[in-house]
Amino acid sequence: MNIPILSILIFLPLTGAILFIFIPREKTNLLKYLTVAVTVLTFLVALPLYFNFDGSTADPQFVETAEWIGYGINYHVGIDGISLLLVILTVFLFPIAIISSWTSIKDKIKEYLIFMLMLETGIIGVFLSLNLFLFYVFWEAMLIPMYFLIGIWGGKRKIYATVKFVLFTMFGSLLMLVAIFFLYSTYYKASGIYSLNIFDFQKLILDPGVQIWLFLAFALAFAIKIPLFPFHTWLPDAHVQAPTAGSVILAAVLLKMGAYGFLRFALPLFPDAVQKFLPLLAVLCLISIIYGALMALIQKDIKSLVAYSSVSHMGLIMLAVFSLNFEAMEGAIYQMLNHGLSTGALFLCVGILYERSHTRLIKDYGGVSKQMPVFSAFFLVCMLSSVGLPGLNGFVGEVLCLFGIFKSSHILAAIGVLTIILGAAYLLWMYQRVMQGPITNDKIKSFPDLNKREIGFLIPIIIMMFWMGIYPRPFLRKMDASVTHLLHQIKSRTSVSASVQKEEKKLITKTKEEKTEESKEKTNILLK
Amino acid sequence: MIPLSYFIILSLVLFVLGIIAFFIRKDLITQFLSVEIMLNAANLAFITFSKSASALDGQIIVFFVITVAAAEVAIGLAIILLIYRQKKSIKTEDIKSMKG
Amino acid sequence: MTEIFWLIPFVPAISTLILAIFGSKLSRKYISFQACFAVFISFAISIISLVGLMQMPQGSSPLVKNLFSWIQSGSFKADLSFQFDPLTAVMCFVVTGVGLLIHIYSIGYMAEDKSYARFFTLMNLFTFSMLILVMASNLVLMFVGWEGVGFCSYMLIGFWYEKHAAANAGKKAFIVNRIGDAGFLLGIFFILIHVGSGEFSVINEAIAGGSITQGIATLIALLLFVGATGKSAQIPLYVWLPDAMEGPTPVSALIHAATMVTAGVYMVARMNALYTFSGTGANVVAIIGAVTAIYAATMALVQNDIKRVLAYSTISQIGYMFIGCGVGAYAAGIFHLYTHAFFKSLLFLAAGSVMHALSGELDMRKMGGLRKYLPITYPVFLIGAIAIAGVPFLSGFFSKDAILTSAYAQGQYGIWLLGILGAILTAFYMFRLIFLTFHGKERLEPEAKAHLHESPKAMTIPLVILAFFSVVAGYIGMPVVLGKNVNWFNNFLAPVIQGGHGHEAHLSIGTEWLLILISVAVALTGIYLAYVFYLKKPEIPKKLVSRFPFLYKLLYNKYYVDEIYNATFVNSTIKGSKFVYKNFDLKIIDGAVNGSASATSFFGMILSRLHTGLIKDYALVFLLGAIILIGYLIF
Repeated sequence: MNIPILSILIFLPLTGAILFIFIPREKTNLLKYLTVAVTVLTFLVALPLYFNFDGSTADPQFVETAEWIGYGINYHVGIDGISLLLVILTVFLFPIAIISSWTSIKDKIKEYLIFMLMLETGIIGVFLSLNLFLFYVFWEAMLIPMYFLIGIWGGKRKIYATVKFVLFTMFGSLLMLVAIFFLYSTYYKASGIYSLNIFDFQKLILDPGVQIWLFLAFALAFAIKIPLFPFHTWLPDAHVQAPTAGSVILAAVLLKMGAYGFLRFALPLFPDAVQKFLPLLAVLCLISIIYGALMALIQKDIKSLVAYSSVSHMGLIMLAVFSLNFEAMEGAIYQMLNHGLSTGALFLCVGILYERSHTRLIKDYGGVSKQMPVFSAFFLVCMLSSVGLPGLNGFVGEVLCLFGIFKSSHILAAIGVLTIILGAAYLLWMYQRVMQGPITNDKIKSFPDLNKREIGFLIPIIIMMFWMGIYPRPFLRKMDASVTHLLHQIKSRTSVSASVQKEEKKLITKTKEEKTEESKEKTNILLK
Repeated sequence: MIPLSYFIILSLVLFVLGIIAFFIRKDLITQFLSVEIMLNAANLAFITFSKSASALDGQIIVFFVITVAAAEVAIGLAIILLIYRQKKSIKTEDIKSMKG
Repeated sequence: MTEIFWLIPFVPAISTLILAIFGSKLSRKYISFQACFAVFISFAISIISLVGLMQMPQGSSPLVKNLFSWIQSGSFKADLSFQFDPLTAVMCFVVTGVGLLIHIYSIGYMAEDKSYARFFTLMNLFTFSMLILVMASNLVLMFVGWEGVGFCSYMLIGFWYEKHAAANAGKKAFIVNRIGDAGFLLGIFFILIHVGSGEFSVINEAIAGGSITQGIATLIALLLFVGATGKSAQIPLYVWLPDAMEGPTPVSALIHAATMVTAGVYMVARMNALYTFSGTGANVVAIIGAVTAIYAATMALVQNDIKRVLAYSTISQIGYMFIGCGVGAYAAGIFHLYTHAFFKSLLFLAAGSVMHALSGELDMRKMGGLRKYLPITYPVFLIGAIAIAGVPFLSGFFSKDAILTSAYAQGQYGIWLLGILGAILTAFYMFRLIFLTFHGKERLEPEAKAHLHESPKAMTIPLVILAFFSVVAGYIGMPVVLGKNVNWFNNFLAPVIQGGHGHEAHLSIGTEWLLILISVAVALTGIYLAYVFYLKKPEIPKKLVSRFPFLYKLLYNKYYVDEIYNATFVNSTIKGSKFVYKNFDLKIIDGAVNGSASATSFFGMILSRLHTGLIKDYALVFLLGAIILIGYLIF
């Protein structure tokens, strides 16, 4: 089997987008159905990846390479246990996001669909690239459709939000570009070969002092994307202004790219710097957890509430990543999927409400449950998944994350565990104000309950939530080898420079011992 | 033989005259002419040194400069003409659309 | 037949699934039939398994059924596995037995409600979660049930979510429970790290084998107990339970009296080896239990809402169970749990019957003299009250006496004294309730009186059955002074209670009789006082109120704990967050972002001044540049 399955996966949506140029814009239904067909097809293409993926090895699989520009800038894609699940999440959510915007997007529908497809290509490309240049290209390319998605189909302050979003992300990624070039030249100097291959860079042994700067450049780009406190303020704006599908993709997948960047690049490339910055990063994560939750508690807008909850959840995920142990790492990756599902679903639910009332303010709602019982059940499940109720997906990830954090630091875990209290507090309070109580607004009385399309796109998510909560094995087993390998990389490479230091210390202690022995002898002689 | 310094002084005088003319005149055509004078001053200097060093490089460059100057005249005059059509003036004070 | 015990939780689960998906299309009759039938099957399997368990030879290993590996990642391992031992058997019996009766009762009680399907779905889901909790063979799975019952409790308290009070109470219950759960989770983590497994059998072995130190054991015990205080409504996390009375009465009976709230007691009993080993942990349990028992009882004295009195009474009774566990008499604690399940759910259901009769009236000041109108409800209520008051020959007497005797035997005289004091209060407030509701003058609203009627059969039959059990349930655990083998319950639980140092020893027969006499005297005193206060001389309470207005207000307002919690935790969090959001998030961080943007454009504006648009200016700059360059090259 020599089907270039990953390339198909990456470029299928883009091909669809190019095809759309030739379809007249009046045929909106055709365009919509075609988009759904393309995204579903992409999902189907990804399925054999999952089944044929060998979970017992950490090496990238389905690797494809091709000459591109030369000088190390090659087309090089592959998939491992970490990217596999994130890719599956992406292709799973895209059809849902597009179906969710079936009626809510009314003007410029053709462009909208083209941008969505471009976005999908960009995201899949980011997760699959093994060449840093290619990675960077996809990383930036994905900004463009997102920029337009928020800027054209967004809410009232869309221009402000979208410019803020792009500037924040660009700011970080430019520094990352500089760092990539530095790595490129260092590697050339060391080996005489032009390369931008991640695995080549992983062989480099960098001076800890240099690592610090490179790590900072990478970490900033990723921390903005995650977003970690204090780089988070673009997120609420972008989320609130983005159209529903944009919010879903933004929360579910785009934020994961930051975390993925840490796992794929920042941690294995600069292990010494990681060790050095670990306390700082852990504190930032901890602040994100608490701060995000507290801010979520008092938001007046449902979407910005969910956005701040993302800050909090991503904080927990990153804290688990920085705990650098197996359980935490697996928990973090698993929790990324969970967060993608549950937050994506929450945004879908908010979108459903918004379509009916055209307001996102909590105070405009009340007693919706009575009018929309089916919706209230779906919303409840999505909320509980986010809260981390056992039996649903959120619990498995959360408990693994917390356990891993606990393993490396009891105190961090003791503070991090607050997330399960605060998470329940802000979501339940929001649910109470929106869904429960008496119907306060006459507009609500005219809300229809979910239609078949809405039930249709929510059900797959709900099923996944239960599946991942009750039987997480198939997902966890796929990542075992990759996570082990990643940890091994971090630990073994830190030990390279650490062992040098240790040897030095040994020498010092040895000399000391010799001295003490000498002095002992002297005293012995004297005593004699 | 006329000494080398005479040519150089002439070239310098021409160049300075060009600069002065550029700054004291107010219409684009005259300024344009002064730029041409400066170019020719440079040409003279090139040829002088080329002759004294008996190398051909300078003369070749002069050919290039003449070509560029010709092209410049063609485009420059066209631009000035267009400006005149739009603004009915070729006074430099009137042309400020590049003000930041 | 015992091997099928693991099916017990799944029958209600399947029923839940069917009701959740098709509930809106099924007929009411079918819904209630299916819900009750599912619980009945669970009950039947529980009984079969219980019988099987009793026939098994002594010392045989407990029944464990491992279904599949649920979460496994590195050293974190949790299986979906169930076990069935005497302790689980008792709990299953209570959960399914009392649960079945309450399900049946609900058919009558909820007959008029619009959300019939939702109610039974949640009741089945609750039964499922509770069974997971008691049958789990490891702590992580137990936590699943632990959170699951919390969720059902949230949904059922807020069942009538159109009422703000109900929605609020549900939310409060869930969040307060979550605070406890956070501690519980940390406790689980400690166990997983130090023992390496969450399986109860492994934990017990590890403790017996001395692989954890006493300090760690105490820490774990206390963290787990934080979870128990949340779930079982003990100080300081009891505040949600009184509010939980906003839910339908069958819910109060099932969740907030008989089963869920006693989960903490079950947990402590399950981890008895740990608590006994820790010592300090057990002492804390006993002290918190004793203080809660008396503290909640004082609040029950002055409440006027019939369900709230019962709620405080529940908190107080759970305090007794914790005393039992804390002093090492785990069997006695569980025994009280078991008897309490009968008489407290009886009391709640009977109170529901009163409400039903009075069209939803809860205020005892608007009742009185009801005994002639409610010929079934009154006697069963009385039986429940006598049982809880600790009058001899009813179930409550045996279990409470077992706990207090153990406390005394362990030398915990202070705790014993608090328990005795609480017993007087219990008898007093229960009979205050009886006298105000069923005796004395009629103080009914005319409208309520017009509709006054006894409840339908679906409600009264479960009441009668529960009343029967409230009387006889205690006879399986009679005091040891009456004979060596009369305490069948203790013997049955003995294999589970490894760490317990039963109360048989230490006390002479004379002392034990004395203790029994004291508790009888105490119960009767309480009842007599209530009789004097509320029937014979009803002016006394008023006098007392005017004599001690501060004390009355303090009790009536529940020591202002809700207000204090709101002021210190809730409001300060919200106000602080708002302040930070406005001043830090929007001003400083966003200010920095927007500031850098406007700074850029400001500098751009300044620099753009240089662009005059005049050719001469540009040429001048050019010239100067050229001169400087030449100057630099020359010099």
